This record gives sequence, C-alpha cells and structure tokens, in this order.
Amino acid sequence: MMSNEFETKASHKDKSHSKIAALLSVLFMGLGQIYNKQYWKGITWAIFELIVIIFFIKPIANGLHGLITLGETPQVRQRGRIIDQGDHSILLMAEGLMMVIVLVAVIGIYYLSVRDAYLVGKLREQGQKILSFKESVRNAWDNGYAYILITPTAISMLLLTVFPLTFTALIAFTNFSSPNYLPPRALVDWVGIEQFVRLFTMESWRGTFLGVFSWTIIWAVLSTLLVVFAGLFVAVVLSQKVVKYTKFWRNIYIIPWAVPGFVSILIFRNMYNGQFGVINEMLQSIGLNPVPWLSDPMWAKVAVLLTNLWLGFPFWMALFTAVLTTISKELYEAAEVDGATIVQQFRKITFPIVMVAAVPLMVFTFAFNFNQLTFIYLMTEGGPANANYNYAGHTDILLSWIFKMTLDNGQYAIASAVALVVFLIIAGFAYFNLRNTKALKGDV
Amino acid sequence: MFNPKVKRVLNSIIVYGILILLAIICLFPVYFIFIGSVNPGSSLHSSQIFPSPADWNWGHYRALFEKHDYVTWYKNTMFIAVSNMAISTVFGVLSGYAFSKFKFKGKKQGLMAIIILQMFPTIMGMIAIYTLLGSFGLLDTHLGYILVLAAGSVAFNTWIVKGFFDGIPNSLMEAARIDGASNTDIFLKVMLPLAMPIITFIAFNSFVAASMDFIMAEVILRSSSNWTLAQGLFTLVSGQANNNFTVFAAGAVLISLPLMALFFIFQRYIVEGMTAGAEKG
Repeated sequence: MMSNEFETKASHKDKSHSKIAALLSVLFMGLGQIYNKQYWKGITWAIFELIVIIFFIKPIANGLHGLITLGETPQVRQRGRIIDQGDHSILLMAEGLMMVIVLVAVIGIYYLSVRDAYLVGKLREQGQKILSFKESVRNAWDNGYAYILITPTAISMLLLTVFPLTFTALIAFTNFSSPNYLPPRALVDWVGIEQFVRLFTMESWRGTFLGVFSWTIIWAVLSTLLVVFAGLFVAVVLSQKVVKYTKFWRNIYIIPWAVPGFVSILIFRNMYNGQFGVINEMLQSIGLNPVPWLSDPMWAKVAVLLTNLWLGFPFWMALFTAVLTTISKELYEAAEVDGATIVQQFRKITFPIVMVAAVPLMVFTFAFNFNQLTFIYLMTEGGPANANYNYAGHTDILLSWIFKMTLDNGQYAIASAVALVVFLIIAGFAYFNLRNTKALKGDV
Repeated sequence: MFNPKVKRVLNSIIVYGILILLAIICLFPVYFIFIGSVNPGSSLHSSQIFPSPADWNWGHYRALFEKHDYVTWYKNTMFIAVSNMAISTVFGVLSGYAFSKFKFKGKKQGLMAIIILQMFPTIMGMIAIYTLLGSFGLLDTHLGYILVLAAGSVAFNTWIVKGFFDGIPNSLMEAARIDGASNTDIFLKVMLPLAMPIITFIAFNSFVAASMDFIMAEVILRSSSNWTLAQGLFTLVSGQANNNFTVFAAGAVLISLPLMALFFIFQRYIVEGMTAGAEKG
C-alpha cells in the first residue's frame, strides 16, 4: 500500500517523462531509452544510429546526388581508347533508388525508436512496471512472430518486384535508349514526360501503340470468352445422361492442360507452318487451299486464338463439371415436366448458376491473358512483321512489344513509358478486383 | 416429330460424335509430337503423319544426347524448378499463415500490396532486374534466375495459402495455446499437417511454372550451358526451315512425360487449388 502511494506521488512529479524521452530520442536514437533507464535497449538503438552515421550517411548522400543528376562526367575517349570511364547513369540511378529505400527504412526505424521512448515514458508516468531488456526481447518475439514470418516474402518482393517496378517507372522519364543515350558510353538525362509526348503525338509511335493496344484488348477478351464457352460446352456435353465412362472422356480432354505449355505452343507453331505444316497438308488432302497461317496477319491472329483455345479449355471444363454436379437433378426434372426443351433448360437453369462461379475467374483470366507474353512470343514472336509499326508485328501484345523493344532494340525509355501505361491499366483492374474481394471486406 | 426412341438414338449419335471429334482434337498434337520424335526423316518437311511402326527411328533421341546439350538443359531446368519450388513454397506458406492467423499493424496494407503486385508480371521490371543482377554479378547465373522466379511466384502462393488458412477455425489455435504450445509448435504440429493439400498445390505449381518459364530465362540466362529446356528446345525449332524438328520432338517427349505424369498424380489438388485460389482472389 505504501509503495503504491509513493509511486503515484512520484508520477505526479515527473509528468513529462514521455515528452522528455521522445525529445531525447529525436536528438539521438537510444537517449530516450537510457533516460527511461532501459540501458541495454538504449545502447542497442544508439549503436544502430552510430552504424548508420558512420557507414551509410555518405552512400545515401551520394546515392541521392546520383539519382538527381544521373551522372555528370561523360566518358572520355581518344582514338578509340577509354581515358576516363565517366559516370554510368543507370547504375547511379539503381544505387540512388536503393539508397532512397535505405533512407526510408532508417527514417521508419527512427520513428519507431522515438515512439518506443515516448510509450515507455508514458508507462513511467502512470507508474507502471517497465520491462527489462530480456523481457522486451521476448515480448518482441511474441508480438513480432507474424513479422518474422512475413520477412522473407517482404524482402524478396521489395527487392525483386517493388524495386524493379519503381525503377521502370523512373526510366520512363529519361532518354535511356539506343543508339545515342547508352551508358557507359554516354550519359542519360531526365527528360520529363518527353517519352509520353512522343508515344501519344508522333504518328509512327501513336499508330503502333493504338494498333498493339487494340489487338491486346481483342486478344484478351476473345481468348477468355472462347475458352470459357468451349469449356462450358464440353462440360455440358459430358453431363448428358447418354454419356458412359464420363471419367475416361474427361481425362482425355484434360490432356492439353497436362502437356507443358511451351511444348504444346512450339508443336502448334510447327503444325501451322505454312509450307510444311501438318494442318495445311490435311487441308490440301481434302481438296482445300492451304492457309498462310503464320504469315498472314489475320490468319496469324486466328491461329493464336485457336491454339489458346486448345490449351485453355480443359481448366474450364474441369471447373464447370464440378459446378454442374452441384446443381440438383430435381430442377431439371421439374423443368422437363413443364415441357422445357434442352436449350431452355440450359438458358434458364444451367447458365445462370455456372456463371456465378465463372465471372470472378474470368476477370482473373482476362488479366492473365492481357499479360500472356510467353504464349505470343513462343508462338509467333509477334510476327508477321508490320511495316507501319515501330518494333512490333501484327500479333504483338503490349507486353511482347515492351519485351522486344527492351531486349532486341534497346528502346528502354519508351518501352518503360509503355510499361507505365500498362501499370495504370492493370492497376485499374486490380481496383476492380479488390472491390469484389471478400477477403478484404470486414474480417481482416 | 420422331418417336422417342429414334430421338434418343439420334441424341446419342450427336453426343458421341462430338465426344470423339473432341478427343481427336485433344490427342492429335500429342500424337504428332510423338510420331515426330520417331520419324524416319529429320526435318518437319520430310516428316510423315502415319509412318509404319517398322520405320520408326529412335535415333533422334540419341542425337539429343550426342549432338545437343540436352542433358545439361534438363539438369539446369530440374535444379531451377526444385529450388524455386522450395524457396517460394516456404516463403509463401510462412507469410500466408501470418496474414491469415495473426493480427498485426500494416496487415491490411500488406495484403493489398500482395494482391496488386501479383497482377504485375515480373517481366515489366526487366530492365531493373537486368541492372540489379548485373551489379551483384548474378547475371547469367542460376542463382539470380531462381531468386527472380521465386520472388515472382511468392505473392500468388501467399495469397492462396492465406485463403486456405482463413477456412481453418481459430479455435484450433486457441485450444493448442491453452495447452501451452508455443507459436512455432502450433505452426509446425497443428497447422502445417492440415495445410498439406494446399502446400502440395503451390509446390506443384511453383515447380511447373519454373520448369516452363521462357521469357525471364531468355533475359537472364545468356550462355547456352546455362539454358533451360524451354530455351534449348526453342532454338531447335525457331528457324524457318525447322531442320531439327524431329530432335525437338524427341526432347519435348522426354520433358512432357514426367510433367504429365505429375499432373495426373496431383490432378485433384490442382483443380481444387486453382478454383479456390482464384475465387478468393
């Protein structure tokens, strides 16, 4: 009883523990904790700040400088020999961006240390017990369990997803491109929105962008709809009462899904071959003219869509077969008694039910196909060539165009500008998806 | 109108006609690749659709091993696929579990970031990845490639695993905690065994995705001794003349057989996982 009274008194006297501790921590990490008599904790924080000051201040300053200027000394050559290496703008940019991330992390940790000092100070004001160093380590382990679990994922995504995407966005605002602005031979500069202006106002770029963009949309919509309806069709046929050995048939139809994707795409590429392809051989043997599958723009698009249909329908068939088994037989029997035809039964009973299951997945598939560059590249490499397009062929989608501009033609800046436009489209999609996501409503 | 019996027969003729036609369409490319691999000729031009079994020529399989780096590509692919499977499954299970069963600051933002990031293909950041790997000396190495692949699939895996654990009642965890089990005990002894189906799914998925990737491999792995199967087989058939078609076919058969076997073994998990994951996303 006595001690309790005493502590209450004490706490009244030192009312501003929290503020003093927080201020001290702002001054130098760890001071606040030492003031709070958490010596070990304070020393740990202080050592952290010392490490940052000694080892990181200079790289951070250099990094920021490099990010802003993108290099100042161009490479000097005389008679073909390099005399001065000069600055490598893109490496400077990467280092600068890294240092921005480090800086943000340090500021975040700084904030945490100040907050910690403030909170512990608050506890002292209220006269509560302060955890010892050992206890707070154990506490951190318990509370931080979730953080420890997500750390590997967070780091790998930060480094190999967030960092590259940010980097791409930055490059869109430079002139990084072949042949004149390629480091280390030449410096790269910030040029603001010049690439976007080129993309949307220069005739050849705008034409390419609009052409490739509209084919991307057509491709994504048609490829999604085709596989969904083909899958539904097969599932409905399989569910007919006359069909025996359903499982046997289903296993056959699932084979296109089981064959490794790149293998089947390359097989089709050969089967469609205009001169020697087996498909044209068959057409000729039944007296039809050979079709210039991969060399004619229109037929190439048809070929791409048909191949995707072959590859994609089994998943939907499997999905719809599962959904169909959940529809009660009585519904159909009742409909039959009422004299409904098979078509009517399908339209009024089957279709509405399966679509409920299919729509979220269709959105997902659409987004996937929008980015389906592996497929396009392996199948046609974007070809046949289009003379009116800059670095793109008739079947190129936005992503394969970006890929070609980057890997084959060194048009990094404008490729990044296109990528940024794709970002916005996908972000719109992500938003649409999020609105419909159960997991983010309520119970998170 | 027809009488019911004729109608039923007609109905089954139509249905079976469709089924058989579909089966031919599904099986023909598979047959074509097999018959290509044992064709007497060597190019697409000279290959026959129905050579008699007596003329079957298994020499293309030998050519794979003797004239091309097939074994190297195969080993590379398997090493990459298994490593990617291990890394992205472990990371995905850990973070998916954390996002489902713990309350912590920044959880909502983290989930949001994961949903959005999983929609961006890794390839969009290829210039940065190229520069980044280059400055760490990881360009044209398997380690660099595996890290990029794993980072690309970890968001999807996290999301799927989270969805699965959301369906497991928290009371199970609380009961174990009352019995004095630690966080790690609960995770390893209670939760992981329950999650085996979904872990199988994402492991299979990560394995297959890595063994089939082409684009990222093309960016990172430049020298032919580091190539994956997708790259190697692509170079065998990408020319106009397709002179190596039959060798390509043999190579394709040898990679397709094991992957197809895996697919049929894990079929149940795959269909369930795909639909569950996508519905929640």
